[in-house]
Amino acid sequence: MSIPPVLLENIPLLSGEEFAESVTGKLRSGGRAAAFFAITEESAFRLVMVIARDAQGRLEIVSTMAAGSFPSLTAELPQLHLFEREIYEITGLRPQGHPWLKPVRFTGAAAQPGVAEYFRVHGSEVHEVAVGPVHAGIIEPGHFRFQCHGEKVFHLEIALGYQHRGVERRLACGPDARSLHYAQTLAGDTTAGHAWAYCDTVEALAGAAVPARAQVLRAIMLELERLANHTGDLGALAGDVAYLPTASFCGRLRGDFLNMTALICGNRFGRNMFVPGGVNFDLDAALVTELKLRLDAAFRDAEAAVALLLKTNSVVDRFDAAGLLLSDAARGLGLVGPVARACGIPLDTRRNFPFGPYHDFTLSASGRGDVYARAYVRWAEMQKSAQLIGSWLAALPGGPVVAQCGPLKPGAAAVSLIEGWRGQICHVAITDAAGNFRSYKVVDPSFHNWMGLAMALRNGEISDFPLCNKSFNLSYCGHDL
Amino acid sequence: MFKEIIARFNQGYRTMEFPSPGLKLPSRGLGLPKVKALTALAEQACPYGAISAGPGGGFDMGRCVFCGSCAKAAPESVEFTAEYKLCASAREDLVLGAADFKRAEPVAADLRRILGRSFRLRQVSAGGCAACEADCSVLQTIGWDLGRFGVQFVASPRHADGILVTGPVTKNMELALRKTYAAVPGPKVVIACGACAIAGGPYAGHEECVGIPSDIPVNLYIPGCPPHPLTILDGILRLIGRID
Repeated sequence: MSIPPVLLENIPLLSGEEFAESVTGKLRSGGRAAAFFAITEESAFRLVMVIARDAQGRLEIVSTMAAGSFPSLTAELPQLHLFEREIYEITGLRPQGHPWLKPVRFTGAAAQPGVAEYFRVHGSEVHEVAVGPVHAGIIEPGHFRFQCHGEKVFHLEIALGYQHRGVERRLACGPDARSLHYAQTLAGDTTAGHAWAYCDTVEALAGAAVPARAQVLRAIMLELERLANHTGDLGALAGDVAYLPTASFCGRLRGDFLNMTALICGNRFGRNMFVPGGVNFDLDAALVTELKLRLDAAFRDAEAAVALLLKTNSVVDRFDAAGLLLSDAARGLGLVGPVARACGIPLDTRRNFPFGPYHDFTLSASGRGDVYARAYVRWAEMQKSAQLIGSWLAALPGGPVVAQCGPLKPGAAAVSLIEGWRGQICHVAITDAAGNFRSYKVVDPSFHNWMGLAMALRNGEISDFPLCNKSFNLSYCGHDL
Repeated sequence: MFKEIIARFNQGYRTMEFPSPGLKLPSRGLGLPKVKALTALAEQACPYGAISAGPGGGFDMGRCVFCGSCAKAAPESVEFTAEYKLCASAREDLVLGAADFKRAEPVAADLRRILGRSFRLRQVSAGGCAACEADCSVLQTIGWDLGRFGVQFVASPRHADGILVTGPVTKNMELALRKTYAAVPGPKVVIACGACAIAGGPYAGHEECVGIPSDIPVNLYIPGCPPHPLTILDGILRLIGRID
């Protein structure tokens, strides 16, 4: 969803103490930090926090001025740990009292990626395993440090930043001819999710009304993206426990879903589909029929492949109780998406903050926080996605697919929330007096969830790491920006 | 056991024929551009400076992110076809002008003898958005079955005959890329896969990105954002002389 743009002067500006008190109160009473960042004022910074009240489906924004430093709230509210580190790295504002102010993306002139102090466990039989940035498979770079005793992992620390390419910084110089492509490549496997979030903020600031048909076409793209990625990950989970039938079936089926996306817009990842105001490509009757046929065939095969996986005892035995993440930890860290739902946290942006054609969306999938729960939640979501796409294809609203999207409202802020396949995507755009971006904040679901993976490994076996990692399948580039 | 066999039977045989005469990109896909008369309008439509109009100008597929803005703004200048064979051996061959597109050529005969039937690659992801990685990864699935050509992505650079680089090479990945390259035993080849690895892609000009260092010579350029798996497979097989 996007909220109607708020004028910057209408965002509550609190004193330092009031801000800390207000944020602590809100985050302790069911609020969750969806975004926390600093914008440059004349001689200082303004800290802005977007708080999502998931149960009520309401967003609140609060802000305060800061120069030099600000009091850290991480010790009380662990979900802020990475936001505060990020603010420090970008602006130099020091969160006073932060338990461990480590680099997030290693961006300073003297910073060397991965070179930092790591948490160490000492003991005669304790050993450290260091992995990455270049990993064994075709996968993005990141550095992992395990503190182990035999097979048992005491602690996992994850250092990222290798994919930092300045995309958020440059996005804030827009909107211009490059902006949309930046949004599409924030995380390449979440093109539909991020492109929609970007368009949503721009449309809110421009006051554009997106036609109903475009909304449904966008949602078809988003659900196809979810289907492709969940299918691929279930296949990879099967591969990680050496259950090859589902691994190979799902490898192919993921491609079938990507090819359906390509049928609509020409690109397997959904590039070039979204545009502020609507979409670039429409469906005619022949394409709708073709998509229906392909969806039915691919989903039928996926159903068979996943049924094999979840009904095979040796697989269930490996998934069960592996990578356990308790719901209190998940809530405290502010996790989102299927990972949070698999811990029993009922947050789905499509239901809690409905956008596009999701106004009647319902789906409750839950679990106890292990690999099995994460696999199961993904399968439940795949069924829902297939059903949604089928019903939309059967009754596409008529009318145009794109509306005029004019200049942006000056001096205003817009927030957009979209449920990407990894979870909630949050974009916050703030405009200057001329209607250009003054600040553009991107929060990929992986930004919240990486710490969840580290926690899930605690007291587990190091040989379970690939399995746990795949059950999260987080984005490095979405985190590193 | 029996349910697996039944499922396998129902899923069917899924490996595609490659190369095969009818293969092309999806109907709305943007493949090899057909360059007509490049106009200033087309030049201005490209946010990445891929097009230069006028005499001596051209269309640089290395910089192109295949967004189609140029063809939309100036259909008389550029038209995208559904042709997936886009790879080139030299950077300058990616610039399309009046002459015919010069497709990638195989490595020299002595290297071809070594790599032609068994080619191992270490993929290095260095910035970017992970879409190129996804489309390399898909080549390992049963639909594409890269292994039937004797090509395999391996875990260790020590086991590799070359590296396949994706991403604009961020400052933060430069050292890791250099070390991985150095760890590959010679003779070795380098493949730049995707617009980012070739010329920075959407991130061209960013101070956070350095590009593939000039002392790491590139043998094959695979344009696209991301390149279609057909394009990647075509390029790899051309490089080792398996198709021509």
